[in-house]
Amino acid sequence: MSSNEEAEGSPLVSYRTLDIAVAIFFLIVAAIVITDSLRLGIAWKPNEGPQPGLFPFYIVVAMGIASLVNLAQALPRTPEGERTATTIPGIKRMAAIFVPAVLFVLATNYIGIYVSAAIYIGTFMVFFGKFPVWKALAVSLGIAIVNFMMFEVWFLVPLPKGPLEAALGY
Amino acid sequence: MDELNALFGGFAVALSAYHIMLMVIGITLGVVIGVLPGLGGANGVAILLPLTFSMPPTSAIILLTSIYWGALFGGAITSILFNIPGEPWSVATTFDGHPMAQNGKADEALVGAFTASFVGAIFAVCLITFLAPVVAKFALKFGPAEFFAVQFLTFASFIGMGRGSAFKTVASMCLGFALASVGLDGVTGTLRMTFGQDELLNGFKFLVAVIGLFGIGEILCSMEDGLKFNGATAKLRMDAVIRTWKQLPGMWLTFLRSCIVGCWMGITPGGATPASFMGYGIAKRLSKRGDNFGKGELEGVVAPETAAHAAGTAALLPMLTLGIPGSPTAAVLLGGLLIWGLQPGPLLFVEQPDFVWGLIASMYLGNVVGLIMVLTCVPFFAAILRVPFSIIAPAIVFVCAIGAFTVNNAMFDVWLMLAFGVLGYLFNKLRYPLPPLVLALVLGDQAESSFRQAMLVSQGNVGVFWSNWLCGSIMTLGLVMAFWPALQALRVKLSGNGAVARAA
Repeated sequence: MSSNEEAEGSPLVSYRTLDIAVAIFFLIVAAIVITDSLRLGIAWKPNEGPQPGLFPFYIVVAMGIASLVNLAQALPRTPEGERTATTIPGIKRMAAIFVPAVLFVLATNYIGIYVSAAIYIGTFMVFFGKFPVWKALAVSLGIAIVNFMMFEVWFLVPLPKGPLEAALGY
Repeated sequence: MDELNALFGGFAVALSAYHIMLMVIGITLGVVIGVLPGLGGANGVAILLPLTFSMPPTSAIILLTSIYWGALFGGAITSILFNIPGEPWSVATTFDGHPMAQNGKADEALVGAFTASFVGAIFAVCLITFLAPVVAKFALKFGPAEFFAVQFLTFASFIGMGRGSAFKTVASMCLGFALASVGLDGVTGTLRMTFGQDELLNGFKFLVAVIGLFGIGEILCSMEDGLKFNGATAKLRMDAVIRTWKQLPGMWLTFLRSCIVGCWMGITPGGATPASFMGYGIAKRLSKRGDNFGKGELEGVVAPETAAHAAGTAALLPMLTLGIPGSPTAAVLLGGLLIWGLQPGPLLFVEQPDFVWGLIASMYLGNVVGLIMVLTCVPFFAAILRVPFSIIAPAIVFVCAIGAFTVNNAMFDVWLMLAFGVLGYLFNKLRYPLPPLVLALVLGDQAESSFRQAMLVSQGNVGVFWSNWLCGSIMTLGLVMAFWPALQALRVKLSGNGAVARAA
């Protein structure tokens, strides 16, 4: 996990920047929840008990305080914080799996989960794994078909399907 | 000896051909899940949970717990052969396990680890057999205030026993609570934090969060490191079993210590991960051969494995009797119980004796079946890691998407899973602990409603939590736990700045 000391490739983000960003993310969440809690009411009503906003309000106030401390601890420039968290090649490799994953989920809406998964696995194998096309085809189709059998046929769990499955009568 | 009678009744339930088959399937799946990086016990069980909705609860829980045992065994395989801990609690196993594999003693390390897991688990199951009904009877006296006290202690011990920044633990836990509060408020029926979005009506489902945080998050981390699997080939000859077993009786004291540490950590929700580190640490300090630890000592594999499995198993005790899970996987199983319409807690023993005793009997059987299976199948399981990562990674994303979709049959959840994946990656990177978030997401609603009920009963007087010795002592312990890091820091300051707190 901390193997980026030897920082292959050019550094992109330091731990300090990342820590600050996440602390700010927490503070934004806290602000959103506090706004809605205040709308719901955080008061104590006699005979009725706490209003629905009370519990989330105090929980999120605690979260806000903890995040402020985290932010304060992240702000000073320390050698620890200046270490590289992510390199450009690192983020590229992550994008190589994540961006296609987003496309895969998007495609699921139109062509069903099995077809898009087969395309996803196959293209990833060809472009990232440098597999020959026939191997990628065999593996990706195999995985898709095994899952199709498992979910649609044996366990009867309906998953998103597209025109191809419809043509096959499912 | 009511327990023994009930247990034999349980064996009668668990010992059907169908259930044995489920155990074999479950353990196989579990080992596969444990071996694959990016899939752990918690999310493995989570992904497969929807498949069990149509089964009778007893069969379903047997399948899921078998997956759990399998995952516990499987985590050790990758730790030893490839120095990749498949599970957080296998990290301590790598310290001596991998050096042993490099010295050509992979077979002994594997057999040692499996046997140790088995011993730890059986010890904890015995404890459950004889203690569970007692704890359950005792727990029947629990009211909302006591429940909140126990839940408070659970969350507080994460802060007290967590390693790393206490503030990050608090932030992560509160985020879980905040996410849990989204949707319909169970007490008043008002909509909270939905901002007019229909998709948020049901709130955030913990399964979706778990699959995203652990599954997708792990994949992103592995991709970033450009992870390559190149491990020593495991040659498991059957005489390795006998060779290793000859050495084990000499370590009975280590076994016993790790069992006790593990059970304690499992029941108080410290969990398997701290238990494994604690077991390793204690053995290193007290063993005669402690100096050799880290260079490939069998005892260094046995100690953390025994503790981790004792803890992993004992974690099911508070889940069954109090409805409070002692580990992330137990939290997922708890979610399953609720979905099957079983209310975990003290009444489960009265209302569903078949289920409870069938489950306990299946723990004995599942571990025996598991031990036999893993001892014979190791070379085959190790072959999984020869599958290139460029096949495994997209396949895992695919399986995760299936898991997230099946929760509500909603594509929205799949998008949510991707978002949680990014969050999981960031948390992992910045050492925000994930278990508190997951636990708060699962228990948030319950903790909130017991808090509100207790407050209603007492008309807003916080003193209700100290109204009797039981509740009061749990609450006080909880407060001590919550402020433990602060107390620790104070002590270090008082005893002079020279002394630096040593990590256990």
